[in-house]
Amino acid sequence: MMSGDNGNLLSVRDLRTYFETEDGTVKAVDGISFDLKRGETLGIVGESGSGKSVTNLSVIRLIPSPPGRIVSGEVLFHGQDILSLPAEEVRRIRGKRISMIFQDPMTSLNPFMRISRQLMEITQLHLGHTREQAYEHAVRMLETVGIPEARARVDSYPHEFSGGMRQRVMIAMALSCEPELLIADEPTTALDVTIQAQILELIRKLKEETGTSVILITHDLGVVAGMTDDIIVMYAGKIFEQAPTRELFAAPGNPYTKALLKSVPDPVHEEGTDLYQIPGLPPDVAHLPPGCPFAPRCYHAEEVCRREFPPFVQLNAEHFSLCHFAGEVYAESRAERDARGGATPSGANVEPSENLGAVDPSENPTQGGAGR
Amino acid sequence: MKFRFIVRRLIVTVPMVLIVITLTWGLIRLAPGNFYSTEKKLPPAIEKNIRAKYGLDKPWYVQYGRMMWNIVRLDFGNSLKYENETVNDILWRTLPVSATIGLLAYLLALVVGVLTGTLAALKPNSKLDYVSMALAMLGISLPNFVLGPILVLVFSLSLYWLPPARWNGFPSWNLVLPVLTLSAIYMAYIARLTRAGMLEVLRSDYIRTARAKGLSERQVVVRHALRGGLLPVVSFTGPALAILISGTVVVERIFAMPGLGNYFINANLNRDEPLIIGIVAFVSIAVLVFNLLVDIAYAFIDPRIRY
Ligand SMILES: Nc1ncnc2c1ncn2[C@@H]1O[C@H](COP(=O)(O)OP(=O)(O)O)[C@@H](O)[C@H]1O
Ligand SMILES: [Mg+2]
Repeated sequence: MMSGDNGNLLSVRDLRTYFETEDGTVKAVDGISFDLKRGETLGIVGESGSGKSVTNLSVIRLIPSPPGRIVSGEVLFHGQDILSLPAEEVRRIRGKRISMIFQDPMTSLNPFMRISRQLMEITQLHLGHTREQAYEHAVRMLETVGIPEARARVDSYPHEFSGGMRQRVMIAMALSCEPELLIADEPTTALDVTIQAQILELIRKLKEETGTSVILITHDLGVVAGMTDDIIVMYAGKIFEQAPTRELFAAPGNPYTKALLKSVPDPVHEEGTDLYQIPGLPPDVAHLPPGCPFAPRCYHAEEVCRREFPPFVQLNAEHFSLCHFAGEVYAESRAERDARGGATPSGANVEPSENLGAVDPSENPTQGGAGR
Repeated sequence: MKFRFIVRRLIVTVPMVLIVITLTWGLIRLAPGNFYSTEKKLPPAIEKNIRAKYGLDKPWYVQYGRMMWNIVRLDFGNSLKYENETVNDILWRTLPVSATIGLLAYLLALVVGVLTGTLAALKPNSKLDYVSMALAMLGISLPNFVLGPILVLVFSLSLYWLPPARWNGFPSWNLVLPVLTLSAIYMAYIARLTRAGMLEVLRSDYIRTARAKGLSERQVVVRHALRGGLLPVVSFTGPALAILISGTVVVERIFAMPGLGNYFINANLNRDEPLIIGIVAFVSIAVLVFNLLVDIAYAFIDPRIRY
């Protein structure tokens, strides 16, 4: 068991989570594998319904059951499989070593309970704080996440806070016990644009200060650009592409990723011109056709795509793509990039921010122990 | 803030009580017959005397005014039937009987209903869920004039375990069957309300947050879910308690309990106007007061409510 710990904090192996519904078995997550090293940030991107939330809820075993069921797989946390732990031990991990921030800060806090109590109960539970210690800690955490006059406002109820402030409270709660892993599930989707940037900046800053590993889930590639080391692109419960962030933006090897990049809003987007939208809708994961789930919407699709499920192709050391034409698409992206002077691939309006160079996996010291 | 809200509610409440009483008074007038009529027609002279004695010879607005004045002073006058008792005497004599049965029935319903409803919601579609909800369905559809006699038949007349009827003070075994009979439907309602409310809350985002904190399932339910999940039960409690306390006609009849409900039937049969008005006034005041109490309770439970 312990041999799984190759400098990886979290290692997900062939995770499958299904929901039994009246409409049939919804294969929300169907064979997902990925690794997360200590101190790194992983982005999980994909349209709504692609299985991002279910993947991460499975990691801390919060899938509502029934109807949900983790059918198979391993979630190795420090080499130990969370999926085979007794429920009581999983509870000791939740909130303490792995904590989660959810999409909607308006509904994710208990409306009947003071903020102070909601913050206190987590450190009383996991750190054995007394009431006084927990209260002081709650005030400090609110200060840390940038809530003005924290001491005066700690006894408020959630409805007395704005959406952005509530998300800060959620972050304070999630970081109370200094977790090793923070899972942020679309933390900014429900917020307006200026607040979004503030919250992302806060997560980045706290991550740098505490060294926590982060999984950042989003449906917007623009959000992850400057935040993550690696990115996983999900579609229909599967990983469609997996690569270091810079590589993924520079040379995507999957038509779905290219389409996602094309649909990212451009900061200098011209008024009046329509934003690109991927044609069609995500498939019904209860009734998938035999071939590639993206084929009906894909500009590159050919006969074989509709007939056979695509292979997971390795494009280089750390770059994988689920596509019959992965090699071609990859070459195409590289050619486009070169034609543009190596800056931005065609269609992509987003450039990874400059500080990404510092966390390029090949230079990353935490990479040292990998693949022993 | 809350005080102003209460005052405002009272200002709305008082006219509502007066309207209910006015309607009752009007209906008594409209119905044919009167309290002194018997099969035999009274001689006109005697009838005239009776009408004069009770003020029935005055124009209707004088009678109405006098009745209202009595009510404002909370003095409903003498009963026409139980002539040596005032309506207030009768209210004070019968209310404890009705209130005892009603309160016990509601407490029982609350404990059993909330417990089974919560357990059912925690394991939806389990055996416990199906059995308790089937029982609840039965409890709601079985009228108490059927359930009461069945219970009497089984526990009194066949098994001789419990007395079949009559008031014997509190506490006494005589209370068991009427309380059970009265409680059944409320138990069933509360179980269903609790189940629905808890199911909804248990699905909500903040419960997921509570679970993600690492709280045990018991802590999640007790600390986080019950409060929101029981709000429907709180709203139900106001009118339910008011009606239960002010006497339930059928159960008091079946078990021969000298409560408000029983006297209300008699008052109607006797056309005993002061007693009818007195009981109606009492019940409508009780309903309004209990609803007000529920609104106040709400304000304490849900901090989002602002008046
Ligand atoms: N409780 C549930 N019952 C049935 N289906 C569910 C449930 N939760 C999620 N799903 C299904 O799983 C799929 C993936 O959902 P999710 O992981 O929430 O997507 P997203 O990528 O938007 O986070 C969707 O098709 C969704 O309908
Ligand atoms: Mg989601």
